[in-house]
Amino acid sequence: MKTVMAIIKPFKLEEVRDALTGLGVHGMTVTEVKGYGRQKGHTEIYRGAEYAVSFLPKLKLEVAVAESQVASVIEAISTAARTGQIGDGKIFVAPLEQAVRIRTGESGSDAL
Amino acid sequence: MLTTMPRRIVATTLMLTGSALPALADVAPVPNKGDTAWMIVATALVLMMSIPGLALFYGGLVRAKNMLSVLTQVMAIVCLAGLLWVFFGYSLAFTNGGALNDYIGGFSKAFLKGVDPNSVAATFSNKVVIQEYIYIVFQMTFAMITPALIVGAFAERIKFGAVLLFTILWSCLVYYPIAHMVWYWGGPDAIGDAAKAVATAADAAAKTAAQTKLDEVLADAGLIFKWGALDFAGGTVVHINAGIAGLVGCLMLGKRIGYGRELMAPHSLVMTMIGAALLWVGWFGFNAGSALEANGTAVLAFVNTMVATCAGGLSWLIVEWLAKGKPSMLGLVSGVVAGLVAVTPAAGVAGPIGSIVLGLIAGALCFVFVSYVKNAFGYDDTLDVFGIHCVGGILGAILTGILADPSLGGAGIVDYAAKPGEAAAGDFVMATQVLAQLKAVALTLVWSGVGSAILFKVVDLVVGLRVSTENERMGLDIAEHGERAYSL
Repeated sequence: MKTVMAIIKPFKLEEVRDALTGLGVHGMTVTEVKGYGRQKGHTEIYRGAEYAVSFLPKLKLEVAVAESQVASVIEAISTAARTGQIGDGKIFVAPLEQAVRIRTGESGSDAL
Repeated sequence: MLTTMPRRIVATTLMLTGSALPALADVAPVPNKGDTAWMIVATALVLMMSIPGLALFYGGLVRAKNMLSVLTQVMAIVCLAGLLWVFFGYSLAFTNGGALNDYIGGFSKAFLKGVDPNSVAATFSNKVVIQEYIYIVFQMTFAMITPALIVGAFAERIKFGAVLLFTILWSCLVYYPIAHMVWYWGGPDAIGDAAKAVATAADAAAKTAAQTKLDEVLADAGLIFKWGALDFAGGTVVHINAGIAGLVGCLMLGKRIGYGRELMAPHSLVMTMIGAALLWVGWFGFNAGSALEANGTAVLAFVNTMVATCAGGLSWLIVEWLAKGKPSMLGLVSGVVAGLVAVTPAAGVAGPIGSIVLGLIAGALCFVFVSYVKNAFGYDDTLDVFGIHCVGGILGAILTGILADPSLGGAGIVDYAAKPGEAAAGDFVMATQVLAQLKAVALTLVWSGVGSAILFKVVDLVVGLRVSTENERMGLDIAEHGERAYSL
C-alpha cells in the first residue's frame, strides 16, 4: 500500500475527485493548507501597510491506494490538476505499513 | 442658555378666554413636537455611531485575537461617559463657570439638578426651544463617542483598566473644557432680548445699563465661541480633540510588538464595512441633529453630510487606485469616514458644492497622510485615528472658514443682536473667519495634546498603560477579558 499526497490548486479539487472516483478510489482526505514552491506570493496593502504574502492557499489531498493503483492514480491526479501554469502543485508518494477500517476491523488492502 | 420653565397653563387659559392677552414676545416659547421628535431620533442615531458602528469599524481592522478587546473598550467607554455626563459632565460643559467661564462650566447642574421634563434648552432660532433632557442626552452621545475614537490609536496593546481610567480623566480635563469653550453660549433669545433692551432704552442711562447687560450676555460664552470660530457639529470638539489624543497615546505606549515586520492584516474587512456604513447613517444624527431643530439648517447639514461623504470615498478610492494600483474596499470606507469627519464642522454652514470640494480634498489628503506621512515618521497609530480624524478634522475646521462664505454658497454667520429677535446675516470676512478657525484648531491641539500627555503619564504611574509582552502576543481577548471572539 502507498499513500499518495498531492498539493493542488483549490479550484481543481472537483476535477481531481472525479478522476479518482473513476479509477475506483473510494475515499480521500482533504486539508486546506498554505505554502509556497516556485510560485511566488502576492502583496496585500491595508492603508499604508504593505505585506508580502508568500504563503498561498492550496489543498492537500491524501489517498491510500494499493500498490497496483499507484501509477494510475498519479496519472489521474496529474492530468486533472494540471493547468500548465506555475503553481499547479506536487505529488508525493510514501509507503504505507498498515490500514484498518475501524467499524469492521478489516485490515490491509481490504480496509482501503 | 437654559431655563427651567413652568408650564404656561395660566397664559393658555387667558388666551382661550380672550382676556388680558399677553404680548406675544412675553410668552415663553414651548418646544415644537417636530423638533422634539427629530432630536430623539438624532440622539439614538449618534449612539448607533459608537455601538455598533465605531466598534465594528475598529474591530474588523484588528487581528482576530484582539477583536473583543476593541468591542469591549468602545462599549464600556460609552457606558462610563454616559454616567459621567449626568453626574457632572453636562454641567461642566454647558453651565456658567464663574471666573473660569472662558474655559469650563460649573457644578450648578451636577446630577442634573433643577432639570425636569419641562426644562428647555435654546436652539439657534429665536423663540425656538427644545426639551433640556433631550439636549442633555444628545450632547451625551458626543461625549461618549469622542473618547471611544481615541482607543483606535493604541488598539491591540493597552490595558483595559488604563482605558477606563484615562476615559474618566480625559473627559473631565479635556472633553468638558473643549466642549464648553466651543459650544457654550447664551442662545439667541438671551442675546435678542438684551439687544432689544438696548434698542428700546428710554434715556442715556438706561441705554448704558442695557448695553452693559448685552455685553455680559455676549461675554457669557466659551473662549473659542467668543473668538467667532465655527464648529457646527464637532470638528474641533470631537475629531481634532480625539485625534491628537490618539497620536499622543500611541507615541507614549510605543509600537506593537512586531510592527512593520509581522503580518498585521485586518481580520475582517466585512465588519469594517458594516461599521463604516453604520457610522455614515448615524452621522446624519450627529450633523443634522446638531441644528437642534427640524428645519432648513438641519436639511442643509443632511445634504452636506451625504455629498461630502460620497466625494471623500471616491476621492480616496481613485487616488489609491492611481498611486498603489488597486482600488481597495478599506480605502473606500476610509475615504467615507474622512469625508464625514471633514464635513462635520462645516455641515450646517457650507453649501453642498463646497461640501463636495471639502470631501474630495479630505479623501486625498488623509490617504497621503496614512499611506506616506505615517510611514515616514514611523509611529504606530493602529487604526489611523490621527491620520483620519485629526487631519480630516483640521482640514474641515479651516475650510469651514472659507466655505461658510455666502459668495461660495455658504450660510455665512448669524448676528442675533443686529435685529433683536431675528437671526440677521452677520458681516462675513473670510480672512477673519479663517483666522478664528486656526486659533480654535491650535488651542484644541495644544489643550488636548498636552493634557493627554499628562493624563497618559498619570495613568501609566497608577495602573500601567501597556499589557505584558506575553499577553500582547496571546491577544487581549484571552489575556484581558478571558474569552474569544470566534470559536470555529
